[in-house]
Amino acid sequence: MSAPALEARGLMKQFGALIATDNVSFAIARGARHALIGPNGAGKTTLINLVTGVVPPTEGQVLLEGRDVTALPASARVRLGLSRTFQINQLFPHLTPAESLGLAISERNNSGADFWRIAGTRPGIVAEIEDLLARFGLEAEMDIPTRKLPYGKQRLLEIALALATRPRVLLLDEPAAGVPEEERQDILAALAALPADVAILLIEHDMDLVFSFATRISVLVAGRLFTEGEPDEIARDQRVRAVYLGEEAHG
Amino acid sequence: MKPDDKLARRLEAHLRRREKWRWPEIAFWLAILAAIFTIPSRDALINEILIAGLFALSLDLILGLAGIVSLGQAAFFGVGAYAAAILASMGLNDPIFGLVVGAALAAALGFVTAPLLLRGSDLTRLMVTLGIALMLGELANRNAWLTGGADGLNFSMGKLIGLFPIGFLGQRNAALYSFVVLFILFAVARRLAQSPFGLALAAIRENRLRAGALGIATGRRIVAVYTVSAAYAGAAGALLAETTQIASLDLFDFHRSANVMLMVIIGGAGWLYGGLIGAAAFIVLRDVISAATPEYWEFWIGALLVMLVLVGRERIGEAFARLSPWAAARSLRRGAA
Amino acid sequence: MLTILFDGVAYGMLLFVLACGLSVTLGLMNFINLAHGAFAMVGGYVTALLMDRAGVPFLATLPIAFVVPAVLGVVLERTLYRRLYGASPLDQVLFTIGLVFMAMPIASYFIGSEPEQVHLPEWLSGSLTFHGVGIGVYRLLIVAICGVLAAAIQLFLVETRFGAQLRAAVDDARVAQGLGVDVDRIFAIAFAVGSGLAGLGGALAADVVGGIDPSFPVKFLVTFLIVAAIGGSKGILGALYGALLLGVLDVAGKYYIPEVGAFIIYAVMVVTLIIRPQGLFVRGDGR
Repeated sequence: MSAPALEARGLMKQFGALIATDNVSFAIARGARHALIGPNGAGKTTLINLVTGVVPPTEGQVLLEGRDVTALPASARVRLGLSRTFQINQLFPHLTPAESLGLAISERNNSGADFWRIAGTRPGIVAEIEDLLARFGLEAEMDIPTRKLPYGKQRLLEIALALATRPRVLLLDEPAAGVPEEERQDILAALAALPADVAILLIEHDMDLVFSFATRISVLVAGRLFTEGEPDEIARDQRVRAVYLGEEAHG
Repeated sequence: MKPDDKLARRLEAHLRRREKWRWPEIAFWLAILAAIFTIPSRDALINEILIAGLFALSLDLILGLAGIVSLGQAAFFGVGAYAAAILASMGLNDPIFGLVVGAALAAALGFVTAPLLLRGSDLTRLMVTLGIALMLGELANRNAWLTGGADGLNFSMGKLIGLFPIGFLGQRNAALYSFVVLFILFAVARRLAQSPFGLALAAIRENRLRAGALGIATGRRIVAVYTVSAAYAGAAGALLAETTQIASLDLFDFHRSANVMLMVIIGGAGWLYGGLIGAAAFIVLRDVISAATPEYWEFWIGALLVMLVLVGRERIGEAFARLSPWAAARSLRRGAA
Repeated sequence: MLTILFDGVAYGMLLFVLACGLSVTLGLMNFINLAHGAFAMVGGYVTALLMDRAGVPFLATLPIAFVVPAVLGVVLERTLYRRLYGASPLDQVLFTIGLVFMAMPIASYFIGSEPEQVHLPEWLSGSLTFHGVGIGVYRLLIVAICGVLAAAIQLFLVETRFGAQLRAAVDDARVAQGLGVDVDRIFAIAFAVGSGLAGLGGALAADVVGGIDPSFPVKFLVTFLIVAAIGGSKGILGALYGALLLGVLDVAGKYYIPEVGAFIIYAVMVVTLIIRPQGLFVRGDGR
């Protein structure tokens, strides 16, 4: 019985009197398609930050393929195979997609400290950049500075960058957020085409996307794991509706 | 397979676009060389510009490439200068030896102080770098037995590779010496900027959060580039001491650090030539304005700075880019490593 | 030794008055104002010149030394500074360095580069002996004035509505604005008062540092920054403690170990920033 790809045990995060994450435990299997949903302010992004190491937990552990990574900084976890995308695009405005991807790949190849060779010219890197550009439909824009790309393309690059690190576990923080209708399809297609052996945890508000993508869903409310189950169960669960309807009443 | 080939070739061309030395670059360096030979009366000035250019290059490595704001580059400059000066005053006055030792000592100082830059905000970095430069200045002041204190050190240099005097009688040799050192170090920096290491620095500058999220060990990269930058600044300091045969306390002054930052900003940070051009512009401007109003040239420099910031540095850069083909080529290259 | 301690406290109080404006600007607007020392210089010159050229008594010049830089501060803030509130730290640094580079030659041109001395009136020179401890009368005055100022500021911040608004704005300007606080006005007033205090500090410091000359802003820039760094930028008390600590260490250091002198405060700063980048006297995780 192999270890789950990603596991959280009793994660808790306290900011002064505010408990943002309250005793959260979950496990994500290899190749899983797992979604995390919950009303606004439930603490989904905080949870992602805890898991990826951007924020240290007040209590609890994070395990990556069975290995305890709780004490490791974010960049170390990336090297062990845990990558994420950000809710608000975190890109390199003046670098081109080709350069950004080339950078991610070089780092993964451990040639990131190479200070002599021209970036991206190690054999194989060009092929890999090509492959990623093709997967995400970014071929035409590959030599344009990121800041000049339309938002949808930037969002695609956001995901492509995370994928360039060849993660074992990929956390996607609202990948479709803010993307205009016309470009949404591209995002959905890209998500569907993600490698099968990568475990994916998707945070989303868009229920269509969630239900079409996920095979398992967790619901986070006020920092606590409310419930977890298959999409059908969750869809039929009255309490989940209440939590969301409650939010609509107030929100 | 055809489409793939086309994309692949486009990709490679894109990634390698700045590798070759283009004719404006070659012309630039040849022009300097020519100036050294054809206007020998200005060799001292050219030497000063070359040294300032190297100093500015050192700051561009951390400021332009990695985005680290430092007001303490003078620390390394001063260390390099005093190292060469002290060695010479003890009789070890071979210029290249002094240069190497000066750069190495400065690099060591950079390596040791780099970890201080990693925590805290830009303000913290500013203060720490400033503080270190001033501490060294104070130390130099208090240890007059070593540094000559407020009077500075006077010494004489041996001949360059045993053949060429670089003192008062060897202005042209001095300028050539500085030229060669600057060119070599520039070529290395140019290569470095286009390497994966340089690209990672650009990523750290553009979005440190994401750089970490791609697995880049940002701390180590910053320490590495800071050490290299310190070595460059130390080399510049050593060159200055060796070619002018003086070392004095004002090398550690706030004004030095502020001026070199100005040079990098005037020329444009991040594309390596900016420091050189800024240094030339700064020194020429200074001489021109000083001739007109000797004590108040600083006022105009300050006004220039204020204007630059208010108008917006990037906007000025982009405006320039629209002006000429060469500047356009430069703007293509701007922003990346 | 107690005399040294007292002198250190006096110097520290002076530093506090000089630097608290910088701390506030930093904490409130996240703005790095390296030109802060220029306002202190203006205040110092006001006092020196009024006394020298117009025969105004020392104490009478002090309010003017406050008002002139304060007005200057308001003008500059409204016209120039506010355009840069959102700018990058580098831009702020460059801009304020530019201002300082402009201010110093202006002073040199209109007033001259020789230090202007403040000649203290008879009754302020000399010293008292209190239980065997020598206490300079002028230092005593400094402690008194600065102490009253510090208390007044703290009271103001804690007790008045404006003070509460200021503290809210320091904590989180956007939230404060959402709550109806006129953040713009607060910035302007805080900047003005901070500049005025700097001017007053400059006037008081003139005698202690041997006169006011055009290089004053740069000479003391680092000291002000150190106070801001050590004290943190979240509150006045932090700046006060930081300034006192620095004052005592500097005076004592220069007296007991003169070879190391000014080195001590730089070392303290570097060490502080290593251990606690957010400042020594900030509670919890300051920004």
